[in-house]
Amino acid sequence: MSDVFAAEAVKNCTPSASHIFSGCGYPAPSISDFYFTPLFKVGSVGFGKPGLLFLLSIIIVIGFFWLAFRSPKLVPRGMQNVGELGILFVRDQILRPQLGKRGDKWLPFLCSLFFFIWVNNIFGIIPILYFPAMSKYGYPVALAAIVWVIYMGLGMKHQGAFGYFKNMAVPQGAPWWILPLLVPIELFSNILVRPFTLSVRLFANMLAGHVLLLVFTVATWYLLTLSIGALFAATSFVLVILLTGLEVLIQALQAFIFTILTATYISGAYETAH
Amino acid sequence: MQLAMHVHHLLYVAAGTTNTLHITSLGALTYGLAAIGPGVGIGLIFGNTIQAIARQPEAAGRVTGLMWIGFALTESLALIGIAVPFFIK
Repeated sequence: MSDVFAAEAVKNCTPSASHIFSGCGYPAPSISDFYFTPLFKVGSVGFGKPGLLFLLSIIIVIGFFWLAFRSPKLVPRGMQNVGELGILFVRDQILRPQLGKRGDKWLPFLCSLFFFIWVNNIFGIIPILYFPAMSKYGYPVALAAIVWVIYMGLGMKHQGAFGYFKNMAVPQGAPWWILPLLVPIELFSNILVRPFTLSVRLFANMLAGHVLLLVFTVATWYLLTLSIGALFAATSFVLVILLTGLEVLIQALQAFIFTILTATYISGAYETAH
Repeated sequence: MQLAMHVHHLLYVAAGTTNTLHITSLGALTYGLAAIGPGVGIGLIFGNTIQAIARQPEAAGRVTGLMWIGFALTESLALIGIAVPFFIK
């Protein structure tokens, strides 16, 4: 092992110059791959690639729906077909099963939430962009904060401030002797754990997916030599393609789960029993 | 005893050095342990939901609603497992 480290010290082992059998180690991807040099700074807050992608996703979602519905026709043509397909998917698969017909006024919110998260996630596999903005923790936190404010506010509006916390802490039909254990757990779970898991679920899935793709992409380049390594590189490349397919699935699924849980929480704020 | 020594050795190899065990690699290991329970739990939730809908398709809407609540609660354990190693220095 010591001679490998010695070679590393002599050679210039940048990630792009590292290859197998050259004495350079595998440049494993790490959390530092998620930090970019900011384009400009406002105070201590930097604005870099993730922020740029975030703005791009806003433009894409608004632009798409504006194009689709700028002059809606009774018999849809072209873009309007696609837009209606998307909205009907959110309505029939996410909103109606959770909220029923009375929740239709939440359709714009849930629809923008779903497509916004989805577009942001898809950036992870789009060539050149190759970065899911949701793998920076700040973005899912902002979304989860919006959802938290909405379902807490809605619950207090529909059940009263005191009634909401009472209904939240005391599930119907619970025997009195379990309450000392149940009340803290329910309050903790509904107020703190819900927004936390909502944001971390999205963040962790996007981060792990991006690292997974990075590991095999970097490995493909690392193994690519005129030796047996070429065979390993080919295997690694096939894995990159297969994992990209998996990522497509996970990206859509995470957007779906985030939106359907939002709908579930909103529906819980309407009803006393949960 | 032999097995314990093997595990001990693996831990040190995972740490990347021969004489110190970094807390980060321990965090990765414990996250693997923390994911076992929620993995089984989520499997049970989705499996039983599919079974329930297969038996009574008209109850699908209500069953899936409950499924998502149970899924969120169960997965929160795995997600707390992700976060905890970051708080231990």
